[in-house]
Amino acid sequence: MTTQTISDIAQAEQGTSLWKDAWLRLRKNHLAVFGLVLLVLFVIIAVLTPWIAPYSYQAQNLELGASPPSAAHWLGTDIFGRDLMTQIMYGGRISLAVGFVATAVALLIGVTWGAVAGYVGGRADAVMMRLVDILYALPFMIFIVLLTVVFGRNMLLLFLAIGAVEWLTMARIMRGQVQSLRQQEFVEAAISLGLSPATLIRRHLVPNALGPIIVYTTLTIPNVMLLEAFLSFLGLGIQPPQTSWGLLISYGAETMEEFPWLLIFPGVALTLTLFSLNFLGDGLRDALDVRGAKD
Amino acid sequence: MWRFISLRLLQAIPVILVVITVTFFLVRIAPGGPFDSEKAVTREVKAALETQYKLNLPLFQQYTAYLGDLAHGDLGPSFKYPGRSVNELIAAGFPVTAELGFYALLVALCIGGLAGIIAALRPNTAQDYVPMSLAMIGICMPSFLLGPLLVLIFGIHLDWLPVSGWGDIPGDKILPAITLGAGYAAYIARLGRAGMLEVLSQDYIRTARAKGLPEWQVVLKHSLRGGLIPVVAFLGPAFAGLLAGSFVVETIFQIPGLGRFYVQAAFNRDYTMILGTTVFLSVLIVLFNLLSDILAAWMNPRLRAQFGNN
Repeated sequence: MTTQTISDIAQAEQGTSLWKDAWLRLRKNHLAVFGLVLLVLFVIIAVLTPWIAPYSYQAQNLELGASPPSAAHWLGTDIFGRDLMTQIMYGGRISLAVGFVATAVALLIGVTWGAVAGYVGGRADAVMMRLVDILYALPFMIFIVLLTVVFGRNMLLLFLAIGAVEWLTMARIMRGQVQSLRQQEFVEAAISLGLSPATLIRRHLVPNALGPIIVYTTLTIPNVMLLEAFLSFLGLGIQPPQTSWGLLISYGAETMEEFPWLLIFPGVALTLTLFSLNFLGDGLRDALDVRGAKD
Repeated sequence: MWRFISLRLLQAIPVILVVITVTFFLVRIAPGGPFDSEKAVTREVKAALETQYKLNLPLFQQYTAYLGDLAHGDLGPSFKYPGRSVNELIAAGFPVTAELGFYALLVALCIGGLAGIIAALRPNTAQDYVPMSLAMIGICMPSFLLGPLLVLIFGIHLDWLPVSGWGDIPGDKILPAITLGAGYAAYIARLGRAGMLEVLSQDYIRTARAKGLPEWQVVLKHSLRGGLIPVVAFLGPAFAGLLAGSFVVETIFQIPGLGRFYVQAAFNRDYTMILGTTVFLSVLIVLFNLLSDILAAWMNPRLRAQFGNN
């Protein structure tokens, strides 16, 4: 018991200094800070949308129709006279939710898979990573379209399908981390103290590989959001009456000749979010000094 | 080198088999038979249709029959376009998609490669920041947003280029190629910059400079081959992405390519078409990944030495 507490304290101390250090470095990166601030703002808006949206989600004004930005409707209205800003806020809720939940699925599968493969090693590792290699070679865009055909256009399945195809790089990174951590003395010490593999992975290996995991997670979210937008644009993703940025862009593209704001504002929202996430991810990678987390 | 190539070829076989098997069974477990939605089909007609498409056989026999046909290069008949085989539909759509993908890759390589090299030559100056910021925009702006925006600007407001079609009006291939290639140009710029920066800091580059070579020779003759290895390795995945991304571009610009057929097949639940296209594209993509791996290995002396051919 005592040894464990001591190691916990030592680890915690080392942990704080590492994170503090990374934070100081991140703060110097203006683009990353800008990304972080914008992202936090978007998430707050998304969470509070039902209370702060200027109009109700269903409210139509057919007499008004599509109108350009004005004092009453800051971002204009769509062809049904619905307030575009409200639409974008509700769409953002879904786009961000898909991004976070699907990434969480990918994170869970990838980290577990990689940690087990790296920890067990030997033949099991070879088989597990071979499987990852095989899946890597598959054309995922095509498979996701296929999955939506087979299982219908269901949001939960969309999360799962996207999550299920985005975990591969995570597994590779985690395995590499675990393999190098396994050589270190504190892990050997933990093993010789009789810690069970599951506890060892959970308490020592995963926390020590947190840097690369965080960086890669930040870089996975924009990929996932792009995938969702792509599917929604094709009509295979989010279905009305729900909406997402991809769907709004798709509607906007249809009527862009007469009503360009319907394309431009949702596009700006999506692009800005992806921008922020990518800058934050790049910044975190530099701040935490993670190598090879991208490509 | 031959050992490396044959090893990779051997690895590709199980991948392709897995693709075929997974796709086949996924499509078969899809709820509802392909003829269920058809209105007023009598039981006899349905039975006859199912016999024709071998749907009355046990699942495993359907699978072996499909594999057998596939071995002869036959992807079966289309469910939704009676009398047309999947092979015919692919033969009609693929050349268009391949042409579009080729132009897009050309755009991506020329613009992206050049931007990456230029940025790497003067890191952390305006010459680096400007192309790299543009690259970031390229990565963050999805093709289904960039395409309509380009159409809006160059097709409608400026009226310089046609807004849709393929091969009907001169210049109608420019916007689709740029739309599809832009995102990849951005990735290639980043990869190329990172690769070139790494190579340019090597000792042998310093030696080349020290012996008085002009800068263009240092860059073109000594750095490019090493620096662009990551770019070449990316070409396989890029091609895969181009094929998949062509769905969107073909939809926006109304190009009669494979991607549009695929999305239509997905909407129509044309199962044999989906199955056939998935298998076709997967095999193609696996082969392209293989090709770019081999090319990257050939460019990388260390890997070549590892599999020692000479």
